[in-house]
Amino acid sequence: MIGENTHQRGLKQSIDWKLIGVYILLVLIGWVNIYASIHSEDPASIFDWSVRSGKQFVWMLTAFGLAGLILFVLPPRLWESASVPMYVIVCALLVLVIFVSKDVKGSHSWFELGPIKFQPAEISKITTSLLLASVMSRQNFKITQWKDFLLAAAIIAVPMLIIVAESETGSALVYAGFIFVLYREGFSGWWLGLIGLVILLFITTLTISPYTSILILIGILTLCNAFMGPRKEFWKRLGIGVGFVALMAVLPWLWGMLQGAVQGHLDWMERVAWVPTARESQTYRWAFLLKIKPLYILLGLSFLLLPFLGIRAFRGKDGFLGLSLAAFIVGVVLVFSTDFIFQNVLQDHQRSRIEVLLGMKEDLAGVGYNVNQSKIAIGSGGLTGKGFLQGTQTAFGFVPEQSTDFIFCTVGEEWGFVGCLVVILLYVFLIVRLILDAERCRESFNRIYGYCVASCIFMHLFINIGMTVGLMPVIGIPLPLLSYGGSSLWAFTVLIFIFVALYRQEKKYF
Amino acid sequence: MTTDRRHIKLLIGLGVVAAVLLAKIFSIQVLDEHYKIDADINSTVREMILPTRGVIYDRNGNILVGNKVAYDILVNPREVEAFDTLALAAVLDVTPEFLRGKMDEYHRNRRKIGFQSVTMLKQIPAETYNRFAEVQYRFPGFRGQVRGIRDYPINAGGNLLGYVSEVNQAYIDKHPGEYRSGDYAGMTGIEAAREKELRGEKGYHIFLRNSHNQIEQPYKDGAFDKEAVPGHDIVTTIDANLQQYGQELMQNKVGALVAIEPSTGEILALVSSPGIDVDQLADIGKHYDEIAKNPYRPMYNRAVQASYPPGSVFKLVNGLIGLEEGVLRPEMMYPCNHGYHFGAGHKLGCHGHKSPLNMEESIMMSCNAYYCYVLKNILDNKKFDGDYGEALDHWHDMVTSFGFGTKLGSDFPNEFSGSIPTAKTYNRAYGKGRWNSTTVISLSIGQGEILATPMHLANLCATVANRGYYYIPHIIKASEGVEIDPKYYEKQYTKVSPEHFPKVIKGMWRACNSGAGMGGTAWVAHIDGLDVCGKTGTAQNPRGADNSVFICFAPMDDPKIAIAAYVENGGFGATYAAPMASLMVEKYLKGEVKREDLEKRMKEANLMSRVKKD
Repeated sequence: MIGENTHQRGLKQSIDWKLIGVYILLVLIGWVNIYASIHSEDPASIFDWSVRSGKQFVWMLTAFGLAGLILFVLPPRLWESASVPMYVIVCALLVLVIFVSKDVKGSHSWFELGPIKFQPAEISKITTSLLLASVMSRQNFKITQWKDFLLAAAIIAVPMLIIVAESETGSALVYAGFIFVLYREGFSGWWLGLIGLVILLFITTLTISPYTSILILIGILTLCNAFMGPRKEFWKRLGIGVGFVALMAVLPWLWGMLQGAVQGHLDWMERVAWVPTARESQTYRWAFLLKIKPLYILLGLSFLLLPFLGIRAFRGKDGFLGLSLAAFIVGVVLVFSTDFIFQNVLQDHQRSRIEVLLGMKEDLAGVGYNVNQSKIAIGSGGLTGKGFLQGTQTAFGFVPEQSTDFIFCTVGEEWGFVGCLVVILLYVFLIVRLILDAERCRESFNRIYGYCVASCIFMHLFINIGMTVGLMPVIGIPLPLLSYGGSSLWAFTVLIFIFVALYRQEKKYF
Repeated sequence: MTTDRRHIKLLIGLGVVAAVLLAKIFSIQVLDEHYKIDADINSTVREMILPTRGVIYDRNGNILVGNKVAYDILVNPREVEAFDTLALAAVLDVTPEFLRGKMDEYHRNRRKIGFQSVTMLKQIPAETYNRFAEVQYRFPGFRGQVRGIRDYPINAGGNLLGYVSEVNQAYIDKHPGEYRSGDYAGMTGIEAAREKELRGEKGYHIFLRNSHNQIEQPYKDGAFDKEAVPGHDIVTTIDANLQQYGQELMQNKVGALVAIEPSTGEILALVSSPGIDVDQLADIGKHYDEIAKNPYRPMYNRAVQASYPPGSVFKLVNGLIGLEEGVLRPEMMYPCNHGYHFGAGHKLGCHGHKSPLNMEESIMMSCNAYYCYVLKNILDNKKFDGDYGEALDHWHDMVTSFGFGTKLGSDFPNEFSGSIPTAKTYNRAYGKGRWNSTTVISLSIGQGEILATPMHLANLCATVANRGYYYIPHIIKASEGVEIDPKYYEKQYTKVSPEHFPKVIKGMWRACNSGAGMGGTAWVAHIDGLDVCGKTGTAQNPRGADNSVFICFAPMDDPKIAIAAYVENGGFGATYAAPMASLMVEKYLKGEVKREDLEKRMKEANLMSRVKKD
């Protein structure tokens, strides 16, 4: 072993100290802001065990201990080799918790063992990342192969679906971030785009109308075909696409005019002119056609065009056109099922949160209360903030969950835009560092795992801060390393430090 | 597929997302001011300052409704710490369960309550309040509040004054922005009608809280504070002593007394019996059910809302119309053979008196037959050439010029119009051209399709006293900060020339002043030296004994008071209504009542058993 040591680099070189520095900085910022967010008449010491800052201090120390354990004691090889059993055990815990946990605001996700409470969902991010890295780093694994893709997707989907069953939609949403890992490992960018399109269609269907969604779908597909098709057909395809969309955009209006005119004529015949044969006229006979909604006219026209375009795609061996047509059909199905999903799959509180977020409903006293108060707290901070412990909004308890999910409000109120900028830049630095370190890894397991960590932190960051400033619905997930809570802090510490350990091991021997 | 450059794309994506978040944060923190204002609102505390409600006076400066102090216990649930429930319950004279229940309720509504204080106990006794004040420091979050409540020094005019009570949600919704839960407002009577003047304006002091929820200093040095503006006092036209005396006379009787000062239209007394005592008003919450369930309906203001047949007092109107139309001259004599006989065996009966008689005597003795001739003359007037419809409509116009059949326009919001028939009424009942003057003959004596409120009758009396005009009766006087409608200063002339009134008044004088045994129906109303002029009425009541009706004014030459008395099931006009009206006149004009026996008999009479309950 001594012999080997000569080939090893020292701690100074092998560990990414900058990463660890950012980690510690974020944890300390969290601790200070948890202290500031406690509203009490006589401020206790930051170390006082009876308040959350004191508890967080203990969680911090234990988290640092945990980090040391992972970095210096546990063999880095363990993670890859134990990934399968750990994944299985955690999935079992995820299922178990549904049956044994108490109902906390409608969700069943907390284990309670005396004073200790933890969410298996936090740990499952780690085990899922490890198994994903392990499977995807196998020699013959190719994400572009259907079988391999489905395997990776299943690894992500199993815990995700169980967590949805626990009614922890927010935590489940984080798993969507693994798509970036798949993308990095060769998963088609088109699929990524397609997922973006699905979300866009979902939102426009809910906020505007299915008609608009389908129009957007057609617009995007024709644009893609224009760009992807042969250069000489570019203008032709673009012209046809834009023309069709423009025509269809004015259809509801034209249709309304026509309906009004025909109905007016029929009324005139029956009520004013007293034409006895009014009901036998051709106009009357065919007037029912006007009752057809423009949406169905659009669909009818589109599906009439489908076989024609299909033949074109087949003859011209235009695979992209064929795929576009398939995408169109899937998109239409999606739009029509969106309403169904919205009304029947989502739970009431989730539905109302989405409605408030999408501006379909203004409700400052109910669901919108959290977001409004959170925006007031952040907004009142101004450029430089009110100063440490000078925040009134978070301290008076106007902002709910101000030390856990809404900790960013305290940052915004007391430290202002400058504080927000610093915190967000620290996170960006953390994620960039993780990605660049991952890219430098020679072992794909390490690289993929690094990307998993970066994705998880990114999703938490985006959803949590997006929520506090009203860009995302109120989905209760913590801000990594900043939010109060041992279970969350430990989980992110382990998640990050496994990568630090893996990276150190690489640096040590290569 | 090359994956080399994909991490660059991902990093660019990360940069875009971070930029979007920062842009949004920048916009709400730096660009948009409205979140800072909202934060200010969140972190200030408003301390409400309640104004003193205006006092209600009678016409002589006596206080009808004043203010006194009540003690409430308020709680700010967010400031409450764990406390000794049993000790607090003992101090406040409530059960520990009550306190627990309240605290649970506040916890449930905590978001709605926020940082506000809520009223936990209302109007506790002063001893309890003082006991609490000594130990208040032990119960953070609880505090006392001294609040003005209504005080009624004299039991006069409960129905008129109305009550004040805490507003409910429906009331708050109906007056957007004016009231908050816990405020008080006048709900009925003058308190409601003059709520805007009486309530004053609430004030507030704004304080800033620091981050430890301690009140630090006045917000912007009190620049945005507002002092409370006390409510305006209201002066009524009521004479408190007369009102109280009227209530005493009417106790245990159903009906109304309305006294008006003819020279101004000011209502001196307006008694509706059974009524509401002021001590019930003071604690309306406790008595509301009892009042609402009372079968005699004390809330119902009979003086302006009950439609009664006026009976014989209406003969004055018919007589005046006859004179105006020239179909009656005072010296015309008509016979009365125990009534007026018409058609085959039909008769409108009358009591025994001398016959034939002239107009003055007909009023004095209240002869029914005489007025049958008068009405017949009016409707058979050659001017209308046998068109009874036209004649009746003309009669209707004359009658309504006295205020009958219309809302007089007094300041009682719920005044009734009564009703006076028109040709249409009978065309509908009998068919056009199928009725004549004998069909409607009971109109001559104020029966049949005529309905009027006691206030209409008092107004008729004031009109006669004024010799041909009236002022719209009203109960509020103009005073500082309180205006009344200019219409109350305008003379309302009837369609009968003033020259005809003295002839009628003579008959009314003789009814009261001819001495016993001379046939005057109202000799009981005679008061030495006051020249009372009156007219009795005995109105049929389909629900039992006749109603006793009387109107009178005095003194004849310079009338100071005109009064109508209406006693349900009281029998002859002279039995109850006339003595009571006369006692009122004596009380008002002489200050004291000499006829103690009569007074005692009136006060003690109990007619409630005769009255059918609703």
